[in-house]
Amino acid sequence: MGLYSVFEVKEDVLVVRLAGELDHHEAEALRKKWKDMIYENPIKHVILNLESVTFMDSSGLGVILGRYKEVLQLGGEMVVCSISPQIKRLFEISGLFKIVKLAENEEFALEALGVAS
Amino acid sequence: MKNEMTVEFSSRSENESFARVTIAAFISQLDPTMDELTEIKTVVSEAVTNAIIHGYNNEEHHKIWMKCTIDDSGEIELIIKDDGIGIANIEEARQPLYTSKPELERSGMGFTIIENFMDSVEVTSSPGSGTTLHMVKQLAKTKTVYN
Repeated sequence: MGLYSVFEVKEDVLVVRLAGELDHHEAEALRKKWKDMIYENPIKHVILNLESVTFMDSSGLGVILGRYKEVLQLGGEMVVCSISPQIKRLFEISGLFKIVKLAENEEFALEALGVAS
Repeated sequence: MKNEMTVEFSSRSENESFARVTIAAFISQLDPTMDELTEIKTVVSEAVTNAIIHGYNNEEHHKIWMKCTIDDSGEIELIIKDDGIGIANIEEARQPLYTSKPELERSGMGFTIIENFMDSVEVTSSPGSGTTLHMVKQLAKTKTVYN
């Protein structure tokens, strides 16, 4: 299966689109790419689009939490969008919605961060 | 009638997805819902990941065992075992957000997720003698109506 990631910078927002399975095996490579994108671009916020993620576990939560902390240090916010009911439940169990915002899709997420799409 | 399977595999992170797919294929004969299937796959992923990272400190040459028993009532009994370093304080390890390896960006939610998705979870472990997770889940019975 594997995990595929696409990054796009829109103004001061880094949009991260993931597809496939996000587990411990895939988390390592994703963290490195994601971290590099945060520090190599003049961004403040992150939108995480999980529309095509078919599986995720607590290792995925760990990577997201790690990036959330970095975004916080940049004075920004993290918005998660297009989330499946299964992953939503994982977020609820772990209390992640207390710190990251949820949006229906990327367009609404960009709107929430004040970027015109 | 009971049906059972056992697999043994190397403690490599590639095998996390192998273990998930294997368990999904085996329990599919019980006709689980999509949610039930996702829950079991997530539990297997968490338990195998724990064995690799914590039990074996990311060393890839060790073995992990997974045994699953199912019966007509839709009960799933799942055992995941490693021969690793073991857990000194099981109560502490089961706490939400607890992690012995914060430097690896672990969320500390593995056990909490396992407990949420299974009906019962029993952990047998002591330093030096490995860790065994014994878990049970009863699938919803409403679907299996035969005449």
